[in-house]
Amino acid sequence: MTHFLPEGTVKIAAQNLGVFYGEKQALHAINLDIRAGEVTALIGPSGCGKSTFLRCINRMNDMVDGARVEGSLTLDGNDIYDRGIDVVQLRARVGMVFQKPNPFPKSIYDNVAYGPRIHGMAKDQTELDEIVMNSLEKAGLLGEVEDRLSESGTSLSGGQQQRLCIARAIAVSPEIILMDEPCSALDPIATAKVEELIDELRENFTIVIVTHSMQQAARVSQRTAFFHLGKVVEMGDTEQIFTNPQHTLTQGYITGRFG
Amino acid sequence: MTDMARTNTAARTAQSVSARLGRRYAAERTFRLLGLGALLISLGFLVILLSSIFAKGWTGFIQTQVALEITFDTQVIDPEGSRDPAALDTADYAALVRSALSLRLAPEADRGARRELTALISTGAANQLRHMLAAEPDLMGTTHTVWLTASDKLDMVIKGQVPRQVGAEGNTLSDRQLGWVSALETGGNIRKAFNTTFFTAGDSREPEQAGIWGAVVGSFFSLAVTLLVSFPLGVATAVYLEEFAPTNRWTNLIEVNINNLAAVPSVVFGLLGLAVFLNLFHMPRSAPLVGGLVLALICLPTIIIAGRAALKAVPPSIRQAAAGLGASRLQVVVHHVLPLSMPGMLTGTILGMARALGETAPLLMIGMVAFIVDIPKGPLDPAAVLPVQVYLWAGSSERAFVEKTSAAIIVLLLFLVAMNMVAIMLRKKFERRW
Ligand SMILES: Nc1ncnc2c1ncn2[C@@H]1O[C@H](COP(=O)(O)OP(=O)(O)O)[C@@H](O)[C@H]1O
Ligand SMILES: [Mg+2]
Repeated sequence: MTHFLPEGTVKIAAQNLGVFYGEKQALHAINLDIRAGEVTALIGPSGCGKSTFLRCINRMNDMVDGARVEGSLTLDGNDIYDRGIDVVQLRARVGMVFQKPNPFPKSIYDNVAYGPRIHGMAKDQTELDEIVMNSLEKAGLLGEVEDRLSESGTSLSGGQQQRLCIARAIAVSPEIILMDEPCSALDPIATAKVEELIDELRENFTIVIVTHSMQQAARVSQRTAFFHLGKVVEMGDTEQIFTNPQHTLTQGYITGRFG
Repeated sequence: MTDMARTNTAARTAQSVSARLGRRYAAERTFRLLGLGALLISLGFLVILLSSIFAKGWTGFIQTQVALEITFDTQVIDPEGSRDPAALDTADYAALVRSALSLRLAPEADRGARRELTALISTGAANQLRHMLAAEPDLMGTTHTVWLTASDKLDMVIKGQVPRQVGAEGNTLSDRQLGWVSALETGGNIRKAFNTTFFTAGDSREPEQAGIWGAVVGSFFSLAVTLLVSFPLGVATAVYLEEFAPTNRWTNLIEVNINNLAAVPSVVFGLLGLAVFLNLFHMPRSAPLVGGLVLALICLPTIIIAGRAALKAVPPSIRQAAAGLGASRLQVVVHHVLPLSMPGMLTGTILGMARALGETAPLLMIGMVAFIVDIPKGPLDPAAVLPVQVYLWAGSSERAFVEKTSAAIIVLLLFLVAMNMVAIMLRKKFERRW
């Protein structure tokens, strides 16, 4: 982890970040710091732009026709939308886990090995094996799949699939992992496992997680940002946001009066 | 609302529902009967079509043969005794057949009788003997019973396709000839055997010597050209339009035009091929190369449309997963999208090929209707294709070509069924796995 900064340093900074889908503005002048080595939770009602913000960080919005970004978004001080930044390189540094588990219809091994393979991270087969095993281990999945690595990734249960997707993201050794409602398709037990995993991953990765569950945000994150109608209403330590919100909108949302 | 009123409304609702229920069931029954009727009618037509083709065609797979005592007479074949292969090749084997015939049936035959005798045996019989001797030179000077191919006229009589009656419609055999036939039959010298010639020979003016193999090979070369041209082009176009091209006025225009091309009558493509491939580029006439190119034009829209549908069916989540790991656009397509959509693309391609196999009109346009005896050795040799062979035989006047036409249709249908089966199996095997 050569890129790993001391805990608390600003890793990602948004300044006056605005995002448009065609004519429609989805994010308005976002100012937000995400610190290294922490889990930052993004909460807010549906359609408020949490996913949009997340997709800016690894430029997945580039794949959307008509999406446009203004303002600045920096990673370690370098503008993510600078023309000198290569998207492929950026995505190798910023991994992503999606809402619905989306393993490739390939073997478990190949799922995890895919990233290292396309980035040429392993010199030989033993090294690749090592990366795959390591990633599965870190994702807490190795024990369950060790003896069936050649089976299809889609044959796993939903919770296992999501942890496979996390292992797949880890395998590329990113600095940041983005998670967009990673537990919304999982049952409570699988959710608990993933939450536990997120807590462990914090040691090695900076994590940004979008969640609809207040409890989940409270359990796994150190910092929380509350989005509303494309703006950041409030951002602070998770404990403070949940015990002593400064804004009435935040208070209304976390106490479940709207959302 | 009082309790009374509420009960009343409920009762009225129940009443009106039950009143309509009867009508609803009746409508449903009528609809089901109509559907069943339509199904039965179309099934009936299919059965009639297939059974009439099979009833007419199966005899095409059988050929009448006549057993004769052939003497490989050295005096006739090789009077100089040189055993020179060239001399043996050009020898008068027909004379052997003639003398065997007259020896067996009419030893004192005059010239007229001899001509009538010869008409019973196919002119291809001489060739049969030539090949026998070439394969086994020791036969020289010996006498053997050989089953020779009967002429189409005798064949028709033996198969019962034309009445055994002088002057009857279709029968061209004379009284004398019919008598000889009876003599041969009582002597056990006539049999019906599997018609290998039909599956190994090219076209011929003589029905008993005509075969489908030339057309099968021609169709094979044509379809090979079609596949080699239209599959890569179609897949590349589909991938570009679906995965890379921006959505704008130009791509919309292209899309609309591709859909329109799929509906253009194939004969128009034939005219295009005539103008471009033959008149402009001076490619050889009747060649599978040109036929294949024209068929590729016809297949292309089908393959593109099927390919795009297959690409669309790949869930976006797979693309996102790969892109999220840092795969480039091309890697996303090559590593994930293309392999997942390949079964759909192949299915579309096979169905397009099946259509191409049955196309006739565009090939008539580019001159693939020539009478071709030789089996083509490559895509540049003149050739016929299966549907055109059917067309040619259907237009022949000899009675014996009727069964050959149906037999060729059976062969064509078998190929089509096989191709569709492969397409169905592909679809079954690779059904969505995500
Ligand atoms: N691909 C897109 N094209 C157009 N509009 C979009 C697209 N994705 C999101 N939006 C719009 O942007 C706004 C924010 O969406 P999103 O970021 O998905 O919200 P959230 O994740 O907080 O529910 C919504 O109003 C949504 O309709
Ligand atoms: Mg969202």
